[in-house]
Amino acid sequence: MRRFSIGRYVLPVYSILALVFLLIPIVYTIVFSFNASTRSNTVWEGFTLNHWVNVCSRQDVCEALNNSIIIGLVSTLFATILGTALAIALVRYSFKARSVVSLSLFLPMATPEVVMGAGLAGLFFNIGFAPGMATTIIAHVMFCLSFVVVTVKARVQTLDPTLEEAGADLYANPRQVFRKITLPLLMPGIVSAALLSFALSFDDFIITYFNSGAVTTFPKYIYVAASRGVPAEANVIASAVFILAIVIVLATQIRGALKRAKFAKFK
Amino acid sequence: MAFAAFSNDKPAKDSSAQRKTGPIVLALLLPGLIYLALFFITPLISLVITPLQSPDPSGAIGIYINDVNFANYATVAIDYLPQIMRSFGYAFSATVFALLISYPVAYLIGVKLRSRPLLQRLMLTLVIAPFFISFLLRTIAWKQLLSDDSGFVNLLHTIGVLAPDQFFLGTDAAVIFGLTYNFIPFMTLPLFANLERLDVRLIEAGSDLYANPRHIFTKITLPLSMPGIISGTLLTFIPIAGDYVNASRDFLGSSKTSMIGTMVEADYLQNLNYPSASAMSVLLMGVILALVTLYVRRSGTEDLL
Amino acid sequence: MAENTRVAGADLELIDVRKDFPGFTALDDMDLHIPAGQFFALLGPSGCGKTTTLRIVAGLETPTQGQVLIGGNDVTSSKPHERPVNTVFQSYALFPHMTVLENIEFGLRQRKISDYEKLAKDALSLVELSHLGQRRPQQLSGGQQQRVALARALVNRPSLLLLDEPLGALDLKLRRQMQIELKAIQLEVGLTFLHVTHDQEEAMDMADIVAVMNKGRIEQMGAPEVLYDRPKTAFVSKFLGQSNLFIGDVIDKNASAISIEVGGNKITVDKKRAEKHTGKIAIGVRPEKADFHESKPKLSADHIVIGPGEIIDIRFTGVSNQYLIDIPNVGEVTVFAQNIGKSPETQLGAKVWVSWKIEHSYGLADLPDGTEEV
Repeated sequence: MRRFSIGRYVLPVYSILALVFLLIPIVYTIVFSFNASTRSNTVWEGFTLNHWVNVCSRQDVCEALNNSIIIGLVSTLFATILGTALAIALVRYSFKARSVVSLSLFLPMATPEVVMGAGLAGLFFNIGFAPGMATTIIAHVMFCLSFVVVTVKARVQTLDPTLEEAGADLYANPRQVFRKITLPLLMPGIVSAALLSFALSFDDFIITYFNSGAVTTFPKYIYVAASRGVPAEANVIASAVFILAIVIVLATQIRGALKRAKFAKFK
Repeated sequence: MAFAAFSNDKPAKDSSAQRKTGPIVLALLLPGLIYLALFFITPLISLVITPLQSPDPSGAIGIYINDVNFANYATVAIDYLPQIMRSFGYAFSATVFALLISYPVAYLIGVKLRSRPLLQRLMLTLVIAPFFISFLLRTIAWKQLLSDDSGFVNLLHTIGVLAPDQFFLGTDAAVIFGLTYNFIPFMTLPLFANLERLDVRLIEAGSDLYANPRHIFTKITLPLSMPGIISGTLLTFIPIAGDYVNASRDFLGSSKTSMIGTMVEADYLQNLNYPSASAMSVLLMGVILALVTLYVRRSGTEDLL
Repeated sequence: MAENTRVAGADLELIDVRKDFPGFTALDDMDLHIPAGQFFALLGPSGCGKTTTLRIVAGLETPTQGQVLIGGNDVTSSKPHERPVNTVFQSYALFPHMTVLENIEFGLRQRKISDYEKLAKDALSLVELSHLGQRRPQQLSGGQQQRVALARALVNRPSLLLLDEPLGALDLKLRRQMQIELKAIQLEVGLTFLHVTHDQEEAMDMADIVAVMNKGRIEQMGAPEVLYDRPKTAFVSKFLGQSNLFIGDVIDKNASAISIEVGGNKITVDKKRAEKHTGKIAIGVRPEKADFHESKPKLSADHIVIGPGEIIDIRFTGVSNQYLIDIPNVGEVTVFAQNIGKSPETQLGAKVWVSWKIEHSYGLADLPDGTEEV
């Protein structure tokens, strides 16, 4: 007796519906980047490539984007260096108070952005440090740090310590082992961490809002523009970022799959 | 935690066995820890102390003098009780909805699609794709799609769910909707990370021992996925409790849906009432620390990161 | 520019080495001397401390106490990269982000040897993998990886080559092949090899000297034939090959032999092959040295006959049949009979006597675990 199990289809159908649901705003945003709107981008007025071609015709949008990129790159640089060092220490070295360190690195991830934003703003205010680029970058490094540690830590844990022993056995001193063996093997994790850090920094709103003073970042620009209408150029930039991100992620997945296929051939 | 979901490799055998020591540990730890102490611990301490200040006798706005005045904490707890209750109410509802929506998806990707790794990665990418569009624009998109004259609201009017003079935007439901949507990836990833490592043979064993699908789920799958559920819940509940964008008037909310975050922003940036804003932040942080402590007591600190 | 000059192997000495880990002692009072140019096997069950010994020699662990001397130099406090020692790791530890050739070149380049590329290619051809130089380790089979690991260590002409169970992951046929190759390379190049393994056949086959380790110490050391023919402790007699052990009090002693009585049977051992001469001792004999007979045999005085007993199990292993004979008041005795043409000559349940020559008995210094002391 054949049993037609409807249960088999419930899960996939449901999941596909869920995914469609997740993607609706994305489609909306991308579609409306082509909207021939003038001021407010709420009603569809016709298709145009104008906004894509002349993205920076509204200077404020591009200035905000520029700031976001600079802040993102600088914070990523510092967060990645500090975070990688911490991750290596946590996995490979034994030291007292390791649970305290783990906990203190976890807390920023568990802290709501309002709390961190207000706290940092308060700190800067108390020491007389005026909010601006520097304070924004400091704040961004802070909240990206824990995420970098988590990502790199996962990679360090996959690293076979015997490889470093082999390096020492083959006459490499500790510094050479780090440069020629540890770092190259950690690189994929460090790159992921850097990408994650940049993404978090780029999209951050609340903490930035409290600590940036007069500097406008891309999300801040959108928030301020929300009440009167976000211009289509913002949609263009967001769509471009989205497409770039998807391309990067898909490219890494495909590259990984090709590599695995190549190795499998020789087995 | 959840971020290991993206790593393609499995952990090396027992790397905890041989941990090294040496002066280099300090060089590795100190820069990051000092940064943490300066820019995380200190602000938190500052947040706790600021509410103890009193308004400057001159009455000037935004100026405070150091004092030991607990009045602010009391005032905030009483005056802002509605916001506090609302924030946790929203957070709880949105977390539950996010869990209900995410679990089946995470199960599909993490368990059912194990034999098709390419499809698995593709679907995972689609789940986190919303991340790649600015969260503000996502919320604005919903604002437009669910606006007073949208097809959706018209439908609700037609079938009578909403009275002709009622709308969707500005209601609790709209805010919860937005919060759920925006934080689904935060729930899905930890669930996925856990379900991906679920040993399918345990399910087969359950089946072999006469358990029906419902029992298999409640007695095997669900308990085993508990760590993922807990970490997903934490990662979702906490940021939602502090969010104020979704609830903002300019997005999906109204003046009647203000949350703790709304008050903090207003007090801090507009009223320049630093003690009040800090007191609210401390309250929020206190509840969250309580939750995290409960979690740590249960599972220890090694798995946190 | 340095030359790859080290040619001859050096000797290794461990003096009074002790290694404590939190909770247990891995090595206790280890004394070891391996003469230069020897193929030395460190044999023992898992947990006996052989890998720890290897790591201490390599410099990857520091002893809690004691000294390590290589070629007469005290290297106890030297770091691994300062020692003229190379290791072939159990998991091969080939660098996944480098090609095979780059892996082999690694040690040479660290030592700033000038013609590293040529030397690496030579090493690669020594292990017959010249065509795989540009591949990545992940693209090689287990046996190929093992040979690359070997080449990577050998190319540096270390005074001492350490091998940590390098053949464990290979299938039988490949393992046999690699054993022959390893031995040939060692003879050809004249290096000192320290090979750690739990496979006693491998140790006996390849090594000039075998040391059997148990619980952090060396129980017995010597040429494989000597160890096999005359084990001195119960552990060695059971670990290296199989043993029939008979335990009893010494009842008879003369100028040349000692006898014990077990279940009405008299079992004798030559005095010069017995470690202990008084009290309760254990005498053993290898199963292949024993014979069984279907009627009580009349043999010369230099034989021992025990029995009768009953054949309770016969195992066919291709080359031989293994008979398990139960003799009342004595215990179970194993006899190996080479398969010369016919299938089991004797059936299960048959009543047989077991005999062997006195000169094949050996007397142990201790009793097997679980036996009551006197």
